[in-house]
Amino acid sequence: MAKTLFQKVWEAHTVRKLPNGQTQLFIGTHLIHEVTSPQAFGMLRDLGLKVKYPQRTFATVDHIVPTNELKEPYSDPIAQEMIEALRKNTKDYGIRFFDTHTGTQGIVHMVGPEQGITQPGTTIACGDSHTATHGAFGAIAFGIGTTQVRDVLATQTLALSPLKVRRIEVNGKLAPGVYAKDVILHIIRVLGVNGGIGFAYEYAGSTFDAFSLEERMTVCNMSIEGGARCGYVNPDQKTFDYIKGKPFAPKAADWDAAVARWQSFASDPGCAYDEVVKFEASEIRPTVTWGITPGQAIFIDEKMPALETLNAADRQTAEDAYKHMKLAPNTPIKGTKVDVCFLGSCTNGRISDLREVAKYLKGRKVSASVKAIVVPGSQLTAIQAVHEGLDKIYIEAGFEWRGAGCSMCLAMNPDKLVGDQLCASSSNRNFKGRQGSQTGRTILMSPLMVAAAAITGQITDAREVFKV
Amino acid sequence: MSLAQITQVKALALAVPGDDIDTDRIIPARFLRCVTFDGLGEHAFRDERTGPDGKERAHPMNSAQAGKIAAAKKGVMVVGFNFGCGSSREHAPQSLWRFGFTAFVGGSFAEIFFGNSTTLGVPCLTLSKEDLAECDAFVRANPEVEVTVDVAQLTVSAGAKTWKADITASARDGLTKGKWDPIADLLEGADSVAKTAGGLAYVAGK
Repeated sequence: MAKTLFQKVWEAHTVRKLPNGQTQLFIGTHLIHEVTSPQAFGMLRDLGLKVKYPQRTFATVDHIVPTNELKEPYSDPIAQEMIEALRKNTKDYGIRFFDTHTGTQGIVHMVGPEQGITQPGTTIACGDSHTATHGAFGAIAFGIGTTQVRDVLATQTLALSPLKVRRIEVNGKLAPGVYAKDVILHIIRVLGVNGGIGFAYEYAGSTFDAFSLEERMTVCNMSIEGGARCGYVNPDQKTFDYIKGKPFAPKAADWDAAVARWQSFASDPGCAYDEVVKFEASEIRPTVTWGITPGQAIFIDEKMPALETLNAADRQTAEDAYKHMKLAPNTPIKGTKVDVCFLGSCTNGRISDLREVAKYLKGRKVSASVKAIVVPGSQLTAIQAVHEGLDKIYIEAGFEWRGAGCSMCLAMNPDKLVGDQLCASSSNRNFKGRQGSQTGRTILMSPLMVAAAAITGQITDAREVFKV
Repeated sequence: MSLAQITQVKALALAVPGDDIDTDRIIPARFLRCVTFDGLGEHAFRDERTGPDGKERAHPMNSAQAGKIAAAKKGVMVVGFNFGCGSSREHAPQSLWRFGFTAFVGGSFAEIFFGNSTTLGVPCLTLSKEDLAECDAFVRANPEVEVTVDVAQLTVSAGAKTWKADITASARDGLTKGKWDPIADLLEGADSVAKTAGGLAYVAGK
């Protein structure tokens, strides 16, 4: 019988059926970080349990690391306590830790792919909702809670129920200046922030076939913003090429067998999906959010929705959003004044993002009224960018060039909005207070749109600013 | 590990209206700077409850009703749709549970929030849109009346009203049988786990 990748991976990792009807699912790869793991190690100790497969858990530190100082102790003593707890826990239990001094630290969803740990046909879990990022490689990757982090540490398994699969097909070529970020923002806008509850999203079609792995990661990353706990793209030659030669990739003697295995996990032609939704790439334009959920989004040249056009439930959320954002219904978003520009995060902090923006940034200057920061998602990305001279382009343009981490995506480190500052952000969430100030405002967009906002000091169309 | 069988939660209720209430709102990220869940209860909905000026805002969590729930360490929170969307932080249900909430009733729940809550032994029951509106209105009009969240019977009732409710079969089974924390079951399967792991080349680094 023809099967989806989701079904095949699920079956290969099923340990047994649990008494409550759920599946005990083997988690081949477990990623941990400093925020959601310390309590799990605490529970492990309380229960007198060990880490069952320490070689299958990998740790890094990302949320709390300052991006402007490497020197310890950090100015935030709690951040220092958290990194030290992770050092102790990984040492006590024999877990590999990509620590800040190794040159390999970074956002957990960048470290896995960079190290070749993220592979097709595998199950991946991490105490972070953006774990779906790894689905770009054809993995089934879940965000989990801390008690589940304990479960994986203690048993390398989780109690889960299978998901339905919705195939999201995007076909055709994106227009210049339209990016993977616009694709996922558009999908969420159309299907809703809760449209994916109960589903895994399979992203497919010629647009995804043409995407690089990094573009696929941008889309899979935001599956959770659409309510889907995981999202994936079927593995292909690009996937295998990306993995080849990475530190944890299968070695030469095992390579061919690994590729054959990975290929066998791809969804079979003619397999049944619970739902299929189709989009045309040519209809997608640069997209920005205007509200406080990632689904509250419009094309840059549209007006924000008039309240009377919305149904009762959406209207309530929209009223709340307009109040928080200090924006007016039925007006253009273009021209909205920007205070801060943030280029980074596990959505858009990769080398391809930094290269694409740098291509257009040469010779341009950040507006005097804007504070612009660029935060490479990982140390390897930062090193590569410096090697290519990209840092100089950003610095000359007036961006602050920072160290690797999550930074202002969720502002658990010192990078925060102040008061009601408005931030043009390449990150993934525009929730109230998300960027560290409870009255702070976030507008999500592609990296090039962030750069256009930085230069003009307002929300604008990057295609016009950069003559794309 | 012996756990209580949670068939029913009977307690005062608090309506916290709105759809798509995200986990950043439930517990702002700065309170995730910690290595234990202790003390999170007092920060539940912090930025909704306190303005930038440090003054209390009008919010259900600042009401006398919320105070009673906090004192009793049991309570039902009546919420909207897609409650708990956003991050996987277990800190969110932990903060509400530590505040005093022992059950949620809503239109729908974000999946990770749902799993994190039920694994804590906190049921999340869903009602139809119409019933939820009625339940929400009842709770606001009758704050002194206890609401019964019946996980076994799949109902939510208050006063003379009873609404048909739902929860996933596995969560219901876990709660009512006192097996809402899966760790005991997961540990039991150790032999089968080794067998599954043995069939996966990548687990051996190949």
